[in-house]
Amino acid sequence: MTTTIERTEAVEVRNRSTPEERRSTIVGWVLIALGVFVIIAFGIGVEAGADATFNLSLQTDRFQDLAWSVSARNLSIVLGVIIVGLGAWRLSRRALDWTNIALALGFSLFSLAFLAWAAAGSQFSLVGMLRSTVILSVVIVFGALTGLMCERVGVINIGIEGQLLASAFAGVVLSSAFGTVAGLVGALLTGALLGWLLAWLTIRFHVDQIIAGVVINFLALGLTSLMSARILTDVQSLNAPERIPSIRIPLLADIPVLGPMFFDHTFFVYGMFILVMAIHLGLFYTRWGLRSRSVGEHPKAADTAGINVYWVRYRNVILGGMIAGFGGAFLGLAQVARFEEDMTGGVGFIGLAAMIFGRWLPFGALGAGLVFGFARAVQQKISILNIGIPSEFLLMLPYVVTIIVVAGVVGKARPPAADGQPYIKQ
Amino acid sequence: MSDTREPKGDATPQSASSDASRNGDPRSRWDRVTGVGESASRALVVPALALVLALVVGAIIIMVTDVDAWRLMGEDPGAAIGDMLSGVWVAYRELFIGAFGSVRAISETLFTATPLILAGLAVAVGFRTGLFNIGARGQMFIGGLFALWVGLHVELPAFLHIPLALIAAIVGGGIWGGLAGFLKARTGAHEVITTIMLNFIAAFFVLYVLKTSIFQAEGSNIPQSAPILESARLVPIFGDQYRVNIGFFLALAAVFVVQWLLFRSTIGFEFRAAGFSPTASAYAGMNVAFLYTAVMFISGGLAGLAGATMTLGLPPYTVTSNFPGTIGFDAIALALLGRSHPYGVLAAGLLFGALIAGGRTMQAAAGVSVDLVIVMQALIIIFIAAPELVRAIFRLKPTETEPTQLTKGWGA
Repeated sequence: MTTTIERTEAVEVRNRSTPEERRSTIVGWVLIALGVFVIIAFGIGVEAGADATFNLSLQTDRFQDLAWSVSARNLSIVLGVIIVGLGAWRLSRRALDWTNIALALGFSLFSLAFLAWAAAGSQFSLVGMLRSTVILSVVIVFGALTGLMCERVGVINIGIEGQLLASAFAGVVLSSAFGTVAGLVGALLTGALLGWLLAWLTIRFHVDQIIAGVVINFLALGLTSLMSARILTDVQSLNAPERIPSIRIPLLADIPVLGPMFFDHTFFVYGMFILVMAIHLGLFYTRWGLRSRSVGEHPKAADTAGINVYWVRYRNVILGGMIAGFGGAFLGLAQVARFEEDMTGGVGFIGLAAMIFGRWLPFGALGAGLVFGFARAVQQKISILNIGIPSEFLLMLPYVVTIIVVAGVVGKARPPAADGQPYIKQ
Repeated sequence: MSDTREPKGDATPQSASSDASRNGDPRSRWDRVTGVGESASRALVVPALALVLALVVGAIIIMVTDVDAWRLMGEDPGAAIGDMLSGVWVAYRELFIGAFGSVRAISETLFTATPLILAGLAVAVGFRTGLFNIGARGQMFIGGLFALWVGLHVELPAFLHIPLALIAAIVGGGIWGGLAGFLKARTGAHEVITTIMLNFIAAFFVLYVLKTSIFQAEGSNIPQSAPILESARLVPIFGDQYRVNIGFFLALAAVFVVQWLLFRSTIGFEFRAAGFSPTASAYAGMNVAFLYTAVMFISGGLAGLAGATMTLGLPPYTVTSNFPGTIGFDAIALALLGRSHPYGVLAAGLLFGALIAGGRTMQAAAGVSVDLVIVMQALIIIFIAAPELVRAIFRLKPTETEPTQLTKGWGA
């Protein structure tokens, strides 16, 4: 609200800065601080001579032994100077559309300098880490898309975690018993069922949406843990699904770095990219999307225009549940290939965070999911490298970023207007 | 007593009085049968029926997941169903014995109920102000950690040491909760999002610090603290062989303090007024931004106390990295079941304490995992939050719809 008021004032008083300009300045100072930190901590402050070797190929690649050796110190100094330069460019307040891109670029370069510093004097499989970034982000992105499908029609879904967990369980058990296809169908249906439960409780009984989400998490955790303890420990053949194999895309998979990163995965990963594109097109270029968004922004107006608000909400929340089911199937059948109690371990909430960080946009969700996946991949790497940085702080990163985003420190994210509001037809 | 569930648009704070039931609902069949005062029976009938339903569904789950009985089903269906029913009987019998069957069982029930009551009060205080504090878990982490630090590093006689550790817990939990309240007041960041995120941040922070030399036992390489000093340990009430300790009296005291705070003090009136209508409260000259921060500080402080009872009162007095367990989420169920009223939270806390303590016995003796209690809690929340569902199942006369919207959208 306040931003609109300030914006009108800015029109009247020409010399006062707009929020975008102020944001550009803030980002500028943040980048300069970051760049100076990189120059000092990873550059000047480090002894010269230690080379970081980034391996750019995996054992399975066609082109072997690609690597990039570079002095960690010199690279960090160069990168730090570039980051400071980006910051100075932001301070100039020109090309305001580029603020986010400058910020993203700055943090990418920071990550590279950090990795060079961490790997100084040893070898480091950069391509391996980028590949695991993609894999680790899959469940997060599916979770974020689930939340997005629900919130775009005004239903808050904090039961994503439970939907992922329950569908992973159903997928593992059914796949072990009747084969992969049954596992996939079972996971999708379980996701859909829990989506329906959320919709039914919130639409039919006007249960508070947060409470309904909490209930779904409770139910999924309790039921899967109970059945895991009572059935799976006894009948272990039900917890041995066949791992879904990767599909190597010919030629594309042979491209160095990009090949192993994007083109040598299970169909879930390709499905993720297709789904992001499909939801983006659907949401912004089809009648379905227009109706969904109108229900999420102003259900009463949508109702007046003849849209069945309840039906739209049911449909999208159930579809969202099925997306979570797909994500759960990936977790249970491809990533881990067995069920463990509480195996989601909070990833559904990271998905929720990614949806917010991605500003309720499909490509935003994908980008945020990749960023959080990258944080997890780095965290796994540095806990192996054992370089004295507590990996817990990287694990915190998605959550800290989300608080910063919702608090509007780096630009305010705006949810759908009717998000969380029950609609009661008059 | 439907006061936690009135629509938020109600602009008259006066209607917040604890037993106001002034919307002129027709009396339900239950009320006419029992002749009890309407508010008293309406406060009890849905929770009681919710509990019954949860037990019934729990029984069905026990039967359906009975692997041995299913193996028998093909040969002798009658015996298989008999096995299932006896399985339910044994499980619930052990649950009851484990909760009430001996002095030890009662001690375990009260011991388990202690942090539940405190955390439940934390959530209830938030509900009364229209804030949904999902962050009891994180506030327990930080409060418990502050208390742990005092318990490890301050040397004092017990009569000073324990209160100091508890105050540290209130401060720690209060800061963590107050942070969410402050962010809401200043930037409009929704407390549900911030408290969820703060839960994870607190969990990783505790995991990290328990591996530092400040907390970790010497020579240990797992995230576990050294044993706290004896003077900081919450004194067991019935001697060392029973776990229930003076923390339970602390929880009882907290119930009365919160009751006084909410319904007898000026700031409590303002809390409830802000819960009904922030705009009306602001118009009446109340500082809503301050109220949000204050109530989240108090809520977090209560949760911090719950955390302290886990770090100072749990033998063998060494703290591991997941000491709040699921209590932070159980607290939400508790607050709903207790209708966000301190006495209701006390009763619900004792009930859940009994269920969980009994559930542990049930797991050991009847082979039914204590996770069943989590499922039952979920069912209780559903039935409490959707009273129409309970009324439909028991064919009670429907009353006017009471939407249970406790929160507004992220953007609100």
